[in-house]
Amino acid sequence: MKRKLEEQFFKALMILSTLSISAVLVMIIWTITSRGASSLTWDIVSKVPEGGFYIGKGGGILNAIIGSIYITIGATLLGLMVSIPVVLYINVYAKKNAWLATTTRLAADILFGIPSIVYGAFGFTIMIYFGLKTSLLAGTITVTLLVIPILVRSMDEVMRLVPDDIGNAVYSLGGTRWESAKILIRQCVPGIITAILLSFGRAIGDAACVLFTAGYTDSIPTSLDQPTATLPLAIFFQLSSPIEEVQNRAYAAALILTIIVLLISFTAKYFSKKLSKNKI
Amino acid sequence: MKNIRLTIDKITGNIFLIFTLLSTVTVLLIGVGLYYKSLPILQNSSLSSLLLSAEWKPFKSAFGFLSYIAGTLWVTAIAIIIALPVSLLTAIYLSEYAHAKVKRALLPPIDLLSGIPPVIYGVWGVLVIVPFVQEKLAVHFVEFSSGYSTLAGGIVLAIMIIPLIISILLEVFNTVPDGLREASLSVGATKWETIKYVLLKKSRPGIIAAVVLAISRAFGETIAVLMVCGNIPEIPHSIFDSCYPLPALIANNYGEMLSVPMYESALMLAAFILFIIIFLFNAISRIILYRLEKNNG
Repeated sequence: MKRKLEEQFFKALMILSTLSISAVLVMIIWTITSRGASSLTWDIVSKVPEGGFYIGKGGGILNAIIGSIYITIGATLLGLMVSIPVVLYINVYAKKNAWLATTTRLAADILFGIPSIVYGAFGFTIMIYFGLKTSLLAGTITVTLLVIPILVRSMDEVMRLVPDDIGNAVYSLGGTRWESAKILIRQCVPGIITAILLSFGRAIGDAACVLFTAGYTDSIPTSLDQPTATLPLAIFFQLSSPIEEVQNRAYAAALILTIIVLLISFTAKYFSKKLSKNKI
Repeated sequence: MKNIRLTIDKITGNIFLIFTLLSTVTVLLIGVGLYYKSLPILQNSSLSSLLLSAEWKPFKSAFGFLSYIAGTLWVTAIAIIIALPVSLLTAIYLSEYAHAKVKRALLPPIDLLSGIPPVIYGVWGVLVIVPFVQEKLAVHFVEFSSGYSTLAGGIVLAIMIIPLIISILLEVFNTVPDGLREASLSVGATKWETIKYVLLKKSRPGIIAAVVLAISRAFGETIAVLMVCGNIPEIPHSIFDSCYPLPALIANNYGEMLSVPMYESALMLAAFILFIIIFLFNAISRIILYRLEKNNG
């Protein structure tokens, strides 16, 4: 009897904690939506800050939205240029060299755990070393460092699931490793798209990386060496203002960022579902 | 024709190898870069005086990290104390009790939670957790608290690390062979007893690895904690006091750090300390997890 009771007790606790996690998610989205919706106007998403913006006058945060999109797309593209060769190397070229593959995976896992503030500080030292100022370029490079481990880990996870037979079939027909790699990429397209979306989500929401490196400005950057505003920093800076109207705009910006991130998450879900359907 | 194909194969192989080595070396590069930048202050004052003094007066060249280290440890401890039981219970439920359908319905919210940016957690913390701590909790214990406190930081951080712990625990529980569970059930143990004596025992290294990973994530989290913890550079005496964790110190002072001598170096040392701790914690727990996967995969 006591055994059953104990089990019932813990089972109830388990259900309670499982439900409370979903409840917290709903609560976060509800809070952000209800506070942000009332201040979300067309002006906020379509205008750059006008004079006196930070004391509550007109304008919007288009500069931050565009800046974040530039950095996110730039960093993900640069990240792909590095991470696709890496995952292909450890999954095709170095298939026999287990030691190198394991070390690379361990390094990616460790880099994945390094906090973005450390990337920010490191990016800042590189920036100073090369004599760069806070700029779109410096911000993009730092965020690239942040997303490479995400891209490597998630693409690697998918490529490891592809059966060896496909590679062996290529080799038996006289194909080279490069030809086998091209087929592997085609096999993994949904997985690569999921990885790209994960990287988007992380890059667009990260503040600590760009704080040191991208700077902040009221205009939309027109070249790589200009500083740029980003959405997380727009939220962060406006929230610390004592003026209520400015704070309200921070809530509106938070809502915009949340909507973007949720959209990215749902799209990623869609593609990973597609992926599991394709699996044999 | 054949030669061209072989040449392409060789060239791509070499280029890809270079990228692979580069990405692995990045870990070391970050460590070396930050160490090099923090050398000036390490030569200026002894490591023990930097770590064990709480005196932080940049204009007098006094850089004692103790209150920041204490802030980081407090916030992390609170976060783990809240997050671990909740994640453990949820992971056990999802892995052992929940039907596939229930599991499929409950996993997406956890995924979404892990995708929400830190700054949004910060905004939510300011709107919900800070007033809650100030109005509902602190009034019963202390005379005054602004709500921007160690506790608020810990709560927000706990919610941020829960998805991470759950996802690792689910993988760990997955490596425990079903045969062991069946053996326990067949000799008359209840499901809960099987969990207690077989599952949790068998996955202890994995649980430890998950906790260590969560600690290192909590150490480095910046913006969300910074927004709710008050940022007063003193060692907190209760969970309702403000605190000032290391990442917040780095983030808050990035603009002014070049004008004061040694200031930049001190902040880079803070980043280096974070890097070393997190590097070691990550390496150890990942190696434990690799072993588990290899032995049972």
